[in-house]
Amino acid sequence: MTLTHLQRLESESIAIFREVVAETANAVLLYSIGKDSAVLLHLAKKAFYPGPLPFPLLHVDTTWKFRDMYALRDRVAAEPGIRLIVHLNPEAQAKGINPFTHGSAVHTDVWKTQGLKQALDKYGFEVAFGGARRDEEKSRAKERVFSFRTDQHRWDPKRQRPELWRLYNSRKHKGESIRVFPLSNWTELDVWQYIERENIPVVPLYFARERPIVEREGALLMVDDERMPLAQGETPVMRRVRFRTLGCYPLTGAIESAAETLAEVIEEMKRSQSSERQGRVIDRDAPASMEHKKQEGYF
Amino acid sequence: MPPSPPTAGTPPIVRGRPDAPAPDAGTSLRVEKSLLRFNTCGSVDDGKSTLIGRLLYESKALFDDELAALAADSRRSGTRDGEIDYALLLDGLSAEREQGITIDVAYRFFSTERRNFIVADTPGHEQYTRNMVTGASTADLSVILVDARKGISAQTRRHSFIVSLLGIQHVVLAVNKMDLVGYDEGAFVRIEQDYRGFAEQLGLLAVTCIPLSAVHGDNVVRSSAAMPWYRGPSLLTLLERVELDEFRVAQQPLRFPVQWVNRPSPDFRGFAGTVVAGQVRKGDAIRVQPSGRTSRVARIVTFEGDLEQAAVGQAITLTLDDEIDVSRGDLIVPADQPAEVADQFETTIVWMDEAPLLPGRSYLLKIGTRTVTATIAPLKYKMNVTTLQRLAASTLELNEIGVCNLQLDRAIAFDPYKTNRDTGGFILIDRMTNDTVGAGMLHFALRRAKNVHWQALDVNKTARAAQMGQKPCLLWYTGLSGAGKSTIANLVDKRIHAEGRCTYVLDGDNVRHGLNKDLGFTDADRVENIRRIAEVAKLMVDAGLIVGAAFISPFRAERQMARALLGQGEFIEIFIDTPLGVAEERDPKGLYKKARRGDLKNFTGIDSPYEPPENPELRIDTTNTSPEEAAEKVIAFLQQRGTFEAV
Repeated sequence: MTLTHLQRLESESIAIFREVVAETANAVLLYSIGKDSAVLLHLAKKAFYPGPLPFPLLHVDTTWKFRDMYALRDRVAAEPGIRLIVHLNPEAQAKGINPFTHGSAVHTDVWKTQGLKQALDKYGFEVAFGGARRDEEKSRAKERVFSFRTDQHRWDPKRQRPELWRLYNSRKHKGESIRVFPLSNWTELDVWQYIERENIPVVPLYFARERPIVEREGALLMVDDERMPLAQGETPVMRRVRFRTLGCYPLTGAIESAAETLAEVIEEMKRSQSSERQGRVIDRDAPASMEHKKQEGYF
Repeated sequence: MPPSPPTAGTPPIVRGRPDAPAPDAGTSLRVEKSLLRFNTCGSVDDGKSTLIGRLLYESKALFDDELAALAADSRRSGTRDGEIDYALLLDGLSAEREQGITIDVAYRFFSTERRNFIVADTPGHEQYTRNMVTGASTADLSVILVDARKGISAQTRRHSFIVSLLGIQHVVLAVNKMDLVGYDEGAFVRIEQDYRGFAEQLGLLAVTCIPLSAVHGDNVVRSSAAMPWYRGPSLLTLLERVELDEFRVAQQPLRFPVQWVNRPSPDFRGFAGTVVAGQVRKGDAIRVQPSGRTSRVARIVTFEGDLEQAAVGQAITLTLDDEIDVSRGDLIVPADQPAEVADQFETTIVWMDEAPLLPGRSYLLKIGTRTVTATIAPLKYKMNVTTLQRLAASTLELNEIGVCNLQLDRAIAFDPYKTNRDTGGFILIDRMTNDTVGAGMLHFALRRAKNVHWQALDVNKTARAAQMGQKPCLLWYTGLSGAGKSTIANLVDKRIHAEGRCTYVLDGDNVRHGLNKDLGFTDADRVENIRRIAEVAKLMVDAGLIVGAAFISPFRAERQMARALLGQGEFIEIFIDTPLGVAEERDPKGLYKKARRGDLKNFTGIDSPYEPPENPELRIDTTNTSPEEAAEKVIAFLQQRGTFEAV
């Protein structure tokens, strides 16, 4: 009997979760509510069954996520055995940092990058699981499964450890931390096929519906609440759209689509001609911008 | 040059553009495919990047925006005169791109209707061995590229050696650039014959040679019309059909390394892990190694419910019929088909760290889910990976490969690496930096490990110490040359000997006249020097003595090793902390002057490092302390710990 590719990926991810819990103390799962987080959480439940999750979830919030995302997050947090920590950068809250007045770069840095560092320091987490995949972006293709960060949360590409066979070295000095990526070898299509196979709940924004949209610099933005300032003469128009990735609603572009079900989304994906990150506004800042963000401590 | 678009005859491909055949929505969603991991070896000159680029392109794994970005990058870098340069695609980190070097392993993904693929590519020449070994460690198959115009090169031999070392079962020799030799069958056959002879020497059995042109796509995805004389499969067809390594290990007896003990409640105790060989069924009689205890499998627990059986690659949780002691690192095997158990092995080691491997030093060794301490015996030889010659060596530098014996601090269960990668492959971890410094393969257990057993003696350390009315210990004096270690050790010894205690002093200079006269002052020899002294001191402590050892012992790792050899509280590290300036001023043997003149190499403090203790039991600064006062402090410490009272 040969395992199917999804079984093989699943087993590999489960083994990674168990290895971290066996070898380290104080881990956390970074839960960003998207499809990758959903799969990550599902795999973690499998890894420790019949026991409960041996670590909490952490959502580094920005107050600017889609309303549908908050709804799913709260549902997940209410499940038995789940402990969810929500962190809001108090400085960002005090200054009212938002993508409209401060721009996407400042917004992302203060809420997400600084917020994540604050939360990791506050709770003393030594290991943080993340849902990053190697197929997402070029600088990720070389990322390790166990990615080491200095006590300043910086990522040094030259000081990462070789990973052979299924052997991971989780030893670290005091103050250092590890980001662990159990989905490293998954592709976007694998994630969707697994969600379908396992019937994992995801945010409905991934499926096409009529939604109020404004078009700015080629990006289709959804007017998710009244905080979105409209330019003179700008009126939201109902368009049939869905999202390939989810983040802060003012920074996440939708795609026009008729894919209303999981099967249709997978079908659309197989025919897709553009990569997943196309809809993300933050990646366009500068070439290699993801890598710079990573070195500074962005996930 | 950019690949030409696919034409009729292209195998149907899944993730597609509109020109690809439409997958059948009703059934293809449910098609469960297998996963093949392979690696590619060769340089950009052999057309490796073009080949991978073409596989990705033809299997529609490149999106339009990625292609557009690649085209823009190619124009900017100008390396291919404006044509698409696939090397840029596989070359991820901007730091590396700016310096024009690549130092790592990149993973890329693509799929066809039959299979999903993960390609590990090791670009560049720097750190090549380390990266290729890493990429190859998880591969089911290796694609080795050669240029049809050049044939088998030194590099081809190097790649093939590493592939054979890593135990990869299937090798594809991709003879590229056939277009540049006019698609000539003779040229291909000569290269194939050359290579098969060499591959046989290495023990590579399943070798497929394919003539291809990555630039034009011949025999990459579809069979080439330009080479009708070639009847074999195209590269992609072969990749789709080749047997996975999983298949081979599935035939072997069960191997299940216990990864984590799951105890959510007092009435559930499960052993979580991944099956790395064979299969396990409910009710199977099993043995837990190395302890050898036996039991039966009660349940195979998963999130989806209990299973009747589980196969290679599955992550499961086992419960057993009996409450026997099982912990992380143990290996569960069939009761009647156990793995070998040993603590001494012959191994091949690939060194991956800037600091060289030092025989005699102890490293952490991680194999499966078990981590133990390993001491490396002097190297038998290192390999010239190009000529396959064996060379004499005392250390291994970064990217070197050598063969040596290895001694563990306790016995482990294992299989030879060539039987199973997961129960025979290991990494070495530096205890101080925590870095992964090496990777290795266990070949076989040394016979003496199996046949030489520890002889339990009736008169033991406690009995001997009781007779002497003292608690044995090892006083380890460390510090720079001229700090006063020997003087203080001698004074302490005189004082306690006068009080009727049984003592001995091991002195740095003295042991080099006998036991260690074959050793010099290189880092490797210093490590071995300390290892031998620590073992001798251990025997003396076992004999009940109060032992003094006065050695510069500059490295923390070796002092740690000596500490680990002794019992709790028996190792007393005394740091004779004298600033270099003061020690050099004293220079009792005139050694600093010699070292400064350059007449004495590897002198600690001058051109060889001293790593001060982080938490010594006692620290004595001799700048303003006389040797007599220092000895007084040591004796006071000994009194306080009860050394002079009966056990």
